[in-house]
Amino acid sequence: MNVSYEWLRALVPFRETPAKLRDLITSRVATVDELVPLRQDLAPIVVARVVEAGRHPDSDHLWVTKVDAGTGELLDVVCGAPNVEAGKLYPFAPTGTTMPNGLKIERRRIRGQTSNGMLCSPRELGLGEDHEGILELSVDAAPGTPFLKVMPAGDTKLVIDVSPNRPDLLSHLGVAREIAAAVDSPVTLPRIDGADAAIPTASRVRAEGRTGGVDVRVQEEGLVRRYMAAVIRGIRVGPSPEWLVRRLEAVGSRSINNVVDATNYVLHELGQPTHAFDLQRLGGGAIVVRRARAGERIVTLDGIERTLADTMTVIADAQRPQAVAGIMGGRDSEVSESTTEILLEVASFDPARTRATRRSLGLSTDASYRFERGVDPLLAPAALERTVRLIVAVAGGRVDDAPVDVYAGDSLPMPLPLRVSRVRTILGDVVPADEVASLLRGVGFDARVESNDVVRVMTPSWRIDVQREIDLIEEVARLRGYDSFPDEIRPFRAGNVPDDPQWLLARRVRDALVGAGLLETRPMPFVRGADTGYVRVANPLAENEAFLRRDILDTLSRRAEYNLARMQGDLRLFEIGATFLPDESLPHEELHVGALIMGRRRPPHFTDPKSDEFDRAMTFDAWDAKALAELVCDQAYGPGAVSFVAGSSDELWELRVGERRVGIVRALSLDAPVWAKPAFGVELSLGIVDSTNVAPAGQHAYRGAEYAPVRVKPFRAIPSQPASTMDLALLVPQSVDAGTVERAIRDVAGDLLESILLFDEHSGGKIETGSRSLAWRLTFRHPERTLSAKEMEGRRTNVLRHLEKTLNVRPRST
Amino acid sequence: MTTSVMLPDNPTLDEYKKRLAELSERGVTEFARAANADELEAARIEFLGDQRGKLREFQIVLGKLPKEARPEAGRLFNAAKARLTDALELRRQEIAKLGDDSTTRPADLTMPARRSWRGAKHPVTLVIEEIEGIFRELGFTIAIGPEAETEWYNFGALNFPPNHPAMDLHDTLYLSGEGLLRTHTSPVQIRTLQRYAPPIRVLIPGRVYRRDFFDPSHAPAFEQIEGLCIDEGISFVDLKATLTRFANRFFGQRPTRFRPSFFPFTEPSAEMDVQCGVCGGQGCGVCKQTGWVEILGSGMVHPAVLEAAGVDSERYSGWAFGMGPGRIAISRYGIPDIRILYDSDVRFLEQISE
Ligand SMILES: [Zn+2]
Repeated sequence: MNVSYEWLRALVPFRETPAKLRDLITSRVATVDELVPLRQDLAPIVVARVVEAGRHPDSDHLWVTKVDAGTGELLDVVCGAPNVEAGKLYPFAPTGTTMPNGLKIERRRIRGQTSNGMLCSPRELGLGEDHEGILELSVDAAPGTPFLKVMPAGDTKLVIDVSPNRPDLLSHLGVAREIAAAVDSPVTLPRIDGADAAIPTASRVRAEGRTGGVDVRVQEEGLVRRYMAAVIRGIRVGPSPEWLVRRLEAVGSRSINNVVDATNYVLHELGQPTHAFDLQRLGGGAIVVRRARAGERIVTLDGIERTLADTMTVIADAQRPQAVAGIMGGRDSEVSESTTEILLEVASFDPARTRATRRSLGLSTDASYRFERGVDPLLAPAALERTVRLIVAVAGGRVDDAPVDVYAGDSLPMPLPLRVSRVRTILGDVVPADEVASLLRGVGFDARVESNDVVRVMTPSWRIDVQREIDLIEEVARLRGYDSFPDEIRPFRAGNVPDDPQWLLARRVRDALVGAGLLETRPMPFVRGADTGYVRVANPLAENEAFLRRDILDTLSRRAEYNLARMQGDLRLFEIGATFLPDESLPHEELHVGALIMGRRRPPHFTDPKSDEFDRAMTFDAWDAKALAELVCDQAYGPGAVSFVAGSSDELWELRVGERRVGIVRALSLDAPVWAKPAFGVELSLGIVDSTNVAPAGQHAYRGAEYAPVRVKPFRAIPSQPASTMDLALLVPQSVDAGTVERAIRDVAGDLLESILLFDEHSGGKIETGSRSLAWRLTFRHPERTLSAKEMEGRRTNVLRHLEKTLNVRPRST
Repeated sequence: MTTSVMLPDNPTLDEYKKRLAELSERGVTEFARAANADELEAARIEFLGDQRGKLREFQIVLGKLPKEARPEAGRLFNAAKARLTDALELRRQEIAKLGDDSTTRPADLTMPARRSWRGAKHPVTLVIEEIEGIFRELGFTIAIGPEAETEWYNFGALNFPPNHPAMDLHDTLYLSGEGLLRTHTSPVQIRTLQRYAPPIRVLIPGRVYRRDFFDPSHAPAFEQIEGLCIDEGISFVDLKATLTRFANRFFGQRPTRFRPSFFPFTEPSAEMDVQCGVCGGQGCGVCKQTGWVEILGSGMVHPAVLEAAGVDSERYSGWAFGMGPGRIAISRYGIPDIRILYDSDVRFLEQISE
């Protein structure tokens, strides 16, 4: 919201500069986002020191000066002012400046002397009528300092970020109240010349009344909390006086005409939106607050025809809508040059209905912004009086009849007891009852100290955000100043919550993958998806990414393509993140890790052989993917807990724990350029994310801490005896896979088998068709002695006999 | 040179076997250790030399063994000799393959190393881990929760008035059917409060969603990290103390300030600023001339929130805060466009690994 510094000063006297005022409002009330000096045309003007001043050789009234404008060199400037004096500071317009009157300052010669810029008088700066001499600055500023920094010139706009719970701050009055409390001054509405018209007391009615010959009716309860109307006749619509134009300009509002400007002025001054209808354009001598009829149309002030729904409220004459309640008036009854009589509406519309209408029409205005947040119904009479008087002052005319006031009344607020002890508990510091009461009274609360512990508080009608004791405690905290509370670390008790096991698991997996040389990514989780099998976002940002991913490889594949399109083909990416599947209520959510590899296994090196064969050998393949899968599986489920089962089609391995599928290793088909190497992906579930309700609303379901088990592999003695190795070169039928052979070897090799390593595979050549040659190195070790050659021989015989018998695997003849 | 294997003049078979095994083990080791042909030749002479070689001694002693022990000892001797000879030959080949000593000491030491790919955590992860580390020192543990949430956990339990302008700041992505994508990590506050009795000191990192178009400064999905501290007698002083300490650790000893703010789920609410690191508080473009940069939102947990989670709000009180690690990463690394964090361009990710 925009407020004007000068306008605030008209409401409450204070001495703070705009910057100081910004800090004051930010620290006590609401954050001031921006401070905008409204004389930006003066931005090029700098402070300059006249170092030398001498008479112009060819002129009686000109001076030739040397000026330090902070540029690092002295400038020659010719000046015609009688008061120029060496050593003093003046505002200076360097060459290139466009002055407020449109004059462009250029380097020029004046009677044979060069002048690089201009020393300025107040009038040249648009700061007054004085042009007798240049403006002498009695400030302490270095030459080159922007003039606006040392001389507040003109008004300053403050852009305040008002939080949605404080509609009372959406006006100069509201902000002034807070300033008044801070600087201990009273708030008074500025006097406006001629704004003293006598207005008869409004006549209060429950639903229907009459003023100035117009029937005013509220057709249904709940549409509006209070509706006041007054008729003014004999006005002359025309331009607004200069002061009014300035005020509105300062808050970024354009002047339209004197009547509309008057209503806008009151909106910004008091926070009460009002609307003036051209009375002669209202049909049937009636104004009705009613529900819109479905399909009913209105052309609003912005010239757009809008179709209304029956959830919306309109202000209608006897026939048709003339305004969308609380949002915008209709073009039909707009105040124009020819308007001579108006009906002025001052109302408090229902926040929720205004909000719903604003959203469905997509039309936000200064008025709707305030009604949505809540406009105090008790403000209406004063706002009506202020607006009527202002209109009469700037546009003439007189009030016809007593205004009508349709108001059923609101229940009086109950006093809130505020415990001083509670203030201490929440804020952590003692604030005595007297201080509590006086802080609250400063901003309009009626606060009475009832006992040492209790202050009884009546909330002012404009503070609709204050409903409980805690709201008052917040008031005490901010009015006393957040800075006034200590920030020492006080003793605390250890918490009851253990680290989430899934978090620890994710961290372990992440560390392992980073250690393996992979790069972590955090891409967007939205995917192209499909209507079945995916969770859809109901209101997606883009229709081509309207679904949530079911697996991370989907996302990583797109990221790989992004890199390929940028000629990056050596990729090793991973992500740990959520995946979603449709379910009965909330989606089924799982934490997954996904990894994608393609391209070179390591960066090239000058020692690398320059051969295609070597390049092939250095390219990521399915076995690298398998190793990566083993790494994450071991981290996530424990060594050997996940079994690798041959998958179907493009799946290489399905990863299973028991019968449960927990992941996949696959070759990825990407939209890839011809030079790209094959891509492989690993995807593994790290567990289901529990999104069931912990307990019903308002209840808890405490249970003890569950700590993730620590996996420990017991110590195995470091071997002290030499190992004995045995190589088995075997002829294996194609129908038998290596894993089966290896299991068979383990079955009979005995306990002393320490490790088994497949070190060669080949086929063709001398190997008969239908078979391949596989070679394993078996390492045996006895804990206490060296195994004899005879013992090794015995093992070889056993293993070979078993393999031949069970698998028809024979030793390869050498 | 290694110390000699002491072999008695008249050893038993067991002694003979033991010493022989030791010798061949040592010999194999020495051969393998030889860095060049000269060293290998010296080792050969030491172990397999015809005259003074250590193995020669065992051949001599062989004849002094009891007759019945000689066959086995002989077999063992031959095996040891074969093993040493094999090891010698293997190393000889290896050294030949090296050419000369260029592998152990390359001639041009300015040439580049043979690198492996280096892995790296995402910058946002690094920021989260750093924050986590600081809060762990103050006794905080990690809680997480689902990204697809119910309306109640995301809004209702957190004291959002229905149909209120406060919701405008949480432009929500709804799911077809039930639920929504959480707009903040605060639903995990409620889940944690319902599951564990106070005292509670948790840090809640996680991904959150807003219906914001993807542009240089907004993303529809981003990371948030928040903290929650609930116990008897926890006050605004504890909030200020903990967060100030955090900021001093994280941003260095720069001045901080708290200013009033509004969140439906905290009261009083406070935003925390740290002095602008670019201008040192003088005012500049980065801090919009204020001299301060906002780093987090915080506040005392609203009693209505405690009540929604079944916690006695008269007995317990506490505070919460939330911040955006993505925004911090951007300012920390000087990243000009937030989308770079999501693009996953390896040229960016590799910078982090350097
Ligand atoms: Zn700055």
